[in-house]
Amino acid sequence: MEQHRIDKHPILPEPIMDMITFYWNGKPLSARKNEMISSALIANGISVFGHHHKDGTAQGIFCANGQCAKCTVIANGIPVKSCMTAVKENMIVTSAEGLPELPNDNEPIEFTEIPEIVTDVLIIGGGPSGLSAAIELGKNNIKTLLIDDKTELGGKLVLQTHKFFGSEEDSRAGTRGNDIGKLLADEVSKLPSVSTWVNSTALFVFADKKVGIIKDGEYILVHPERILNAAGAREKFLRFTGNHLARIYGAGAFQTLVNRDLVKPTQRLFIIGGGNVGLIAGYHALQAGVEVVGLAEAMPQCGGYKVHVDKLKRYGVPIYTSHTILSANGDEAVESITIVAVDDKFKAIVGTEKTFSCDTILIAVGLDSLNEFTLEAEQAGLPVYAAGDALEIAEASSAMFNGKIAGLLIAKDMGAQVGNIPDEWYIKANILKSHPGRILPYQDLSEARDVFPVIHCLQEIPCNPCTTVCPTNSIKIEDESLMGVPLYQGKCIGCNKCLLICPGLAITLVDYRKDIEFPTVTIPYEIGNYPVEPGQMIQLVDIDSIRLGGFEVIEVLSNKSRKTQLIKLKVPASLATKVASFIVQPLEVSQPLTTPIVPELMADEAMICLCERVSVKEVRNLIREGITDLNQIKAITRAGMGPCGAKTCEVLIKGLFREEGIPVSEVIPNTKRPVFVEVPLSKFPGAKKRS
Amino acid sequence: MKAYDVIVIGAGSIGIPIALNLAEQKLSVLVLDSEHAPSQENNKKAIGGVRATHSDYGKITVSQRSIEILKSWKENHGDDLGWLSNGYSYPAYTPEDEKKLKDLMQVQLSFGLNIKWVMPEAYNELVPGIMMDELRGSTYSPEDGSCSPLLTAMAFYFNAKRLGVKFQFCEKVTGIAVNEKTIQEVKTDKGTYHCRMVVNAAGNNARSISQLAGIDIPVTPDNHEAGITEPVERFFGPMVVDMRKRPGSANFYFYQNHEGQVVFCITPDPSIWGVDNRSTSEFLPMCSKRMLEIYPRLKFLKVRRTWRGQYPMTPDGFPIVGRMKECPDFINAVGMCGQGFMLGPGMGELVARICLDTLTESDHRVLQSFNPYRDFSGMEVFK
Repeated sequence: MEQHRIDKHPILPEPIMDMITFYWNGKPLSARKNEMISSALIANGISVFGHHHKDGTAQGIFCANGQCAKCTVIANGIPVKSCMTAVKENMIVTSAEGLPELPNDNEPIEFTEIPEIVTDVLIIGGGPSGLSAAIELGKNNIKTLLIDDKTELGGKLVLQTHKFFGSEEDSRAGTRGNDIGKLLADEVSKLPSVSTWVNSTALFVFADKKVGIIKDGEYILVHPERILNAAGAREKFLRFTGNHLARIYGAGAFQTLVNRDLVKPTQRLFIIGGGNVGLIAGYHALQAGVEVVGLAEAMPQCGGYKVHVDKLKRYGVPIYTSHTILSANGDEAVESITIVAVDDKFKAIVGTEKTFSCDTILIAVGLDSLNEFTLEAEQAGLPVYAAGDALEIAEASSAMFNGKIAGLLIAKDMGAQVGNIPDEWYIKANILKSHPGRILPYQDLSEARDVFPVIHCLQEIPCNPCTTVCPTNSIKIEDESLMGVPLYQGKCIGCNKCLLICPGLAITLVDYRKDIEFPTVTIPYEIGNYPVEPGQMIQLVDIDSIRLGGFEVIEVLSNKSRKTQLIKLKVPASLATKVASFIVQPLEVSQPLTTPIVPELMADEAMICLCERVSVKEVRNLIREGITDLNQIKAITRAGMGPCGAKTCEVLIKGLFREEGIPVSEVIPNTKRPVFVEVPLSKFPGAKKRS
Repeated sequence: MKAYDVIVIGAGSIGIPIALNLAEQKLSVLVLDSEHAPSQENNKKAIGGVRATHSDYGKITVSQRSIEILKSWKENHGDDLGWLSNGYSYPAYTPEDEKKLKDLMQVQLSFGLNIKWVMPEAYNELVPGIMMDELRGSTYSPEDGSCSPLLTAMAFYFNAKRLGVKFQFCEKVTGIAVNEKTIQEVKTDKGTYHCRMVVNAAGNNARSISQLAGIDIPVTPDNHEAGITEPVERFFGPMVVDMRKRPGSANFYFYQNHEGQVVFCITPDPSIWGVDNRSTSEFLPMCSKRMLEIYPRLKFLKVRRTWRGQYPMTPDGFPIVGRMKECPDFINAVGMCGQGFMLGPGMGELVARICLDTLTESDHRVLQSFNPYRDFSGMEVFK
């Protein structure tokens, strides 16, 4: 069977293809040794993993993170979450059809003592903020335990194949996210007072100040003096017709499948949400050889950085602003998407529907801080701190910085001699989390001669590696703030360093030195699936994706350490400074169907709770009856009672309250209870088979 | 000032059925509750088991009526409560427990209850894979059952509302003025109300509410913890009550509900008095160990959620129900000792008859068990 895998990735190393055989509904399939069952299935082109016991609709991967149970399959007779269970040689895997049967295994069990561990600080989450905090605590020799539920430290950094924004000094800007994760983890590993546990999920901070943790499948209680919640964020979901279909998921799941597991879950992707997360996921999809059919954003402008928007647009991905998703269409899994224009009140404008054929829809409409551990620790009376997205949703560059601050604050509170945290750190932390600012016109380069960079980065964003990398110090930001727009001034030597470091791939080099009429333009490039070779004709575009004509590539330079290619062309002098990049994705990819598919189902038939298959209508009716307590809505409809524990529906229901004119401040939230993720009963008493 | 026939304090497993029954008898009823919505204290934390197989006439009679009401609710009212006649079972692993259970069975049979002793092999068919080592047999009462406390509470609540019961939430009762044995008014943090009668159905807060009327009653909550698993296909029948003691715990029990989820609960030993709804790290290891010990098949079942709640206990394990001598229009329906959910529907009818002075002969006998002025020195055979 054809394998849906990413064989070649411009950034990521080739995976080890040590193949084994497993069985899916009786059929032998091949998998990479120890990959998750879900990834093995997706690599074999299987996206429907079973059918829901309530309404028989299809289920498949959703969170790819062990938080929900939509990817449940039966592995060797046992119902498991396929995204958290490694596939084994000859494993018998079957789809979960309705309620699973518990295996008829009555073998008695022996128990072991639950280990209890004491530490000064427990950091929950080994992403950018947790690791940065651990480094500061380690430097102060404070006994710290850092846990992370993944198999590798780095958190979402692991999934980031793009170069980072921010500044080199504070947040390693210009280095790729996955490399930063490794650098931070390396630094932590050298600190003797810090222990790290991967594959370890925190379940709850109990009233007796102990934190229940499942480490490599074993239950352990950790008793910390202080807790740092660096557990990140969770993605928001949307209400739309067909939102329960298989092959609809968030950017986190997509990046896990593509960038961690190197499987190709989709051939044709449509993205909802024009924040940085959606935009970057689109870029990652292109890098993985996925056709990105389009991206829709409900606001009149994308909220993400302009350089990300520009990058997608000029590679040939249309961006539909003031558009939202009307429906996901398909029988069991997504076969197409219908989007619709919205007015200034975000109401759909009838008659503007467009339908695109696609097999997957990625929802990237924002994040919510994961605050459970903070609240639990507070209730238990344990001193607790938060950093990164768990504190406030912002870029990873900011997370690293506020993690560092949190680490020092904890060290200080524990009596370490760390002195005062400089005010400028707080200022920097604030700048790093800034939203993009003004968009300015291009710099006037009419006086520039010989060789010089053209900076297509016109929006104020917290980023400056081009200024620090320039050997002649010729790129500057006014008043040296991180937020300003970089300007070229001085003497360029044509070293290309700024092109290679710019995370937005937003700098080109124009060189008149050899030919004043036909200068050489150099463009940074890193989408290996659309290889570019000397002699090839490519369609150049300007910053607004306006076509400038076809030109022949004269040279392709590969830079091993930066993994960015440099594409050189000769263009007429009149175009040289306009060239921003070139089209890679053919126009046909993003054409809508001639007749849009407008759903017959009312929007209120959409699911608001996917776990328990509760419709928007059911909940809206209760809100209209005057119910304002989510616990009561849960009692009546079961919304929030499923495996994910209201992690997805709570935000959607609150949105519905807002829509009905009831302020969220008047809504009583769901009571949060243990456990954070579902865990087999046998883990708690430390059960093992009787010897 | 608004006036009602009856003010019920507490919108929980007892208060809501009482209000419903009073409204059915055309009385005007106000229910006051300090929470945001109905059944938000211990009602929603109930496990869902409903049995008539108790040890005395009062509890047996009231819960038999509860079973009748719950079982026929869908037919009579349309709402699905998730009722299952899955029965209760008390397996015995020691000769002492066997004797205790068989002695009690004689009492239960004398009250006409459907309960029998099943041998280990037969029990293994009811609960396939149950630990057979040392198993001496089990009681089995097939007419006992279970339903969803959440769906039940909501069904009773909406029916009561439809019949005109007024519910006011986020409202705390701060005073009950009694003069010459009659109720003058009920004061809350939001207003003052007139009424002919007050029913105290305040669960955990029963004692402090009763004290507002100048009457002390011995109701003290203690903490219990419970949990629920993911749903799977039905694989065993009855509620399993393991009455043995283990370090840290007295009895514990579990069953598979109408959704296919296994619900479990444990009684800490010694009791943890007070009200603390925060979960402790001890519960899951202790309870799951006991569950896997008696039923290894549960090992693959995933725990979904756990919670903590209280049993409003009386010294002898029996409720306190009836008019109070100090003020006959103040009626206590409290101290359900963790059985409020299973007693609730029957209790709703009984307390309505107290209010309407239409008690039957059987009711008088029932109320002897729940007499507020008993000496509380007795002890229920076992719970």
